[in-house]
Amino acid sequence: MTERSTVTTTPYTIGVAPFRPGDEPSFGGSFKEQPEDLGRPDPASCTTEDTVAHAKGLIRVLTDDGEAKGEWDPNLDGETLIQGLEYMMRLRIFDDRMMKMQRTGKLSFYMRSYGEEAIAIAQTMALKEQDWLFPSYRQPGAQFVRGRDMVSMICHCIGNTEDNVRGRQMPVHYTWREGRFISISSPVGTQFSQAVGVAMASAYKGDDEACITWLGDGTSAQGDYHYALNFASTFKPPVILNVVNNQWAISTHVSLATGGRTFAERGLAYDIPSLRVDGNDFLALYSVTQWARERASAGLGPTHIEVYTYRAGAHSSSDDPSAYRPGNEFECWPGGDPVERLRDHLMSIGVWDEKKDKALAEKIDAEVMSAYKAACEFGDLASGPYPPASTIFTEVYETVPWHVQEQREELGK
Amino acid sequence: MAKMNMIAALNSALEHQLERDPNVVIFGEDVGYFGGVFRVTAGLQEKYGPHRVFDSPLAEGGIAAIAMGMGINGLRPVAEIQFADYIFPAYDQIVNEIAKLRHRSGGEFSTPVTFRTPAGGGIKGGHHHSQSPEAQFTHTPGLKVVYCSNPRNAKGLLTSAIECNDPVIFFEPKRCYRGPFYGDPHNVPTWNSHPDGEVPEEYYSIPLEQADVVIEGQACTVIAWGAMVHVCQKAIEDSGVDCELIDLQTLVPWDRDAVVNSVKKTGRCVIVHEAPKTSGFGAEMSASIQERCFYHLEAPIERVTGWDTPFPHTTEWDYLPSPERIAEAIRRTQEE
Repeated sequence: MTERSTVTTTPYTIGVAPFRPGDEPSFGGSFKEQPEDLGRPDPASCTTEDTVAHAKGLIRVLTDDGEAKGEWDPNLDGETLIQGLEYMMRLRIFDDRMMKMQRTGKLSFYMRSYGEEAIAIAQTMALKEQDWLFPSYRQPGAQFVRGRDMVSMICHCIGNTEDNVRGRQMPVHYTWREGRFISISSPVGTQFSQAVGVAMASAYKGDDEACITWLGDGTSAQGDYHYALNFASTFKPPVILNVVNNQWAISTHVSLATGGRTFAERGLAYDIPSLRVDGNDFLALYSVTQWARERASAGLGPTHIEVYTYRAGAHSSSDDPSAYRPGNEFECWPGGDPVERLRDHLMSIGVWDEKKDKALAEKIDAEVMSAYKAACEFGDLASGPYPPASTIFTEVYETVPWHVQEQREELGK
Repeated sequence: MAKMNMIAALNSALEHQLERDPNVVIFGEDVGYFGGVFRVTAGLQEKYGPHRVFDSPLAEGGIAAIAMGMGINGLRPVAEIQFADYIFPAYDQIVNEIAKLRHRSGGEFSTPVTFRTPAGGGIKGGHHHSQSPEAQFTHTPGLKVVYCSNPRNAKGLLTSAIECNDPVIFFEPKRCYRGPFYGDPHNVPTWNSHPDGEVPEEYYSIPLEQADVVIEGQACTVIAWGAMVHVCQKAIEDSGVDCELIDLQTLVPWDRDAVVNSVKKTGRCVIVHEAPKTSGFGAEMSASIQERCFYHLEAPIERVTGWDTPFPHTTEWDYLPSPERIAEAIRRTQEE
């Protein structure tokens, strides 16, 4: 499957998005790749060569009818699957509520994971609890898997007195050491090569840890992506490198991020086993991550994964995608909606029904609302209280040097 | 004349350049079809074609490097770095390559690149959408550094920057895109009623190296650039002191005569910038002023700046120089 649908070629090639506002989008119906197309190589003996087909193809487990099929089926029990659905529903409901808060002036900014909920959640569930998470801003869902309290997350988004980063970062730029969720930074892609360093430290210490990291298709143009692949290939630390190919980097279509071939195939040239997975298929995501973790445990080093998905929402609350893409593109996406796909599967195997689903959604919504109210006890955006101005000067260095202390006294707060 | 905000004025400057010079090309992240996240390049791709106004891959180092190459080979590239905070992946290309090319090649090669980049705080952008890194470029010989402050000078200065045969880093105070900013986040006017929101529709330029005396006065010289020009205006009103306000406009090379003549006249000087104090451009100004005006100074030169800390999110109004802090500094210069 080539990523470039349209280009203009005079005087040089310019990638063009296949559909713009006013166009009728079509991705050719459902995926032609099927769950049984690709075998699951033994992770303990797999070479890069064994993954060539996996890097060009698409690993799927759930069929279009919601059945789990093929060698990549992780055979999870009903309880684990329901847990996964709950995390995804929680993230979507949380995001929708927070976006409403942003729209009504109660948060300064927000970013949803809409359409990409399965990614961080399935992948984090497939890891061990001691593994490090080095996310971009589109993987906050990993925190639900690790048990972060929503009040604490909302306090961060408001930037109030209970914000654990003391109002220093924009909303959604979470940090959570307890969950081994490393601080999110706005400059894109920087975490990718840093994650290789985290994994090298785990290897150095002899700890049974892996590090997982994510960046987007657009960000893969940054040097950090290529540094990461080369260092990971050279030192072979236990790192799982994910390119989340969600088609859009703000307004920049994926046809501008690469001249062709899949992102997964880039890993092959670095001699890193590379897989391409349906990013809206919870089971497939879980399975490839588990496979990568098994490779890491066996001391075989890195795995490179292209997560093939669609950014269903705006880039952020500051973005308006109606200016650059058709509003109904997501409806045509062959991968469908990740939450609905897992829900349909659970219903088809008889462990879930409409009634349970509705009750769970209502329960989560109530929890989100009560978490928001509880968070506002520590300050809301309109009236505070905020972290004191003195927090501007602390933690710049381990101790406050004289010139910073002098400025703190000058501010007098 | 037409009413323009800073976005429209910059867009107008770019359009004149595309019209006048077939070698001008414009590119960067989201600047093509979408017209830029701040809309500065809106409509230009449609009018001038995707080979002249185009989206680039998300790689500032790559953007800077291809701009350099294009410039070497006869084009006049205008590259957008979406936020000044994101210019650092391009830092090596700009500092070691672009800035030094003319010198290192014995004048055989040069590259007339302009980097436009929104800078400065006041939009709740936290660490990475708020910084004002002008000093990191004023410290690099070979670069010209410009910081506009209103629609009228934005258009005229951008025109000169693009036409300049040296590489130029052109900072746009994003807080002022849609209106002047007087330091009160709850009361943000538009450019509509501001005299500098009246912008000629036709082509014009404002020379680089030329400061703008915004207010004439006798008792104290206040020097600022970018959004701080407007904050200083408010501070001067509040202080009740008869200040001369200089909008530096171009930081390298700065308008020595305008500054020196003013400080010799007033004997007092306050320098204001958003960036941190240590090694900020205010330090350079202050040192240069005392070298040239020592025997005319009646009070120590004051600097009112951002703190020597990362730029905060929630507490940004305690970080940015406020009218109160600036007014206090002005008053201190008046004490006997």
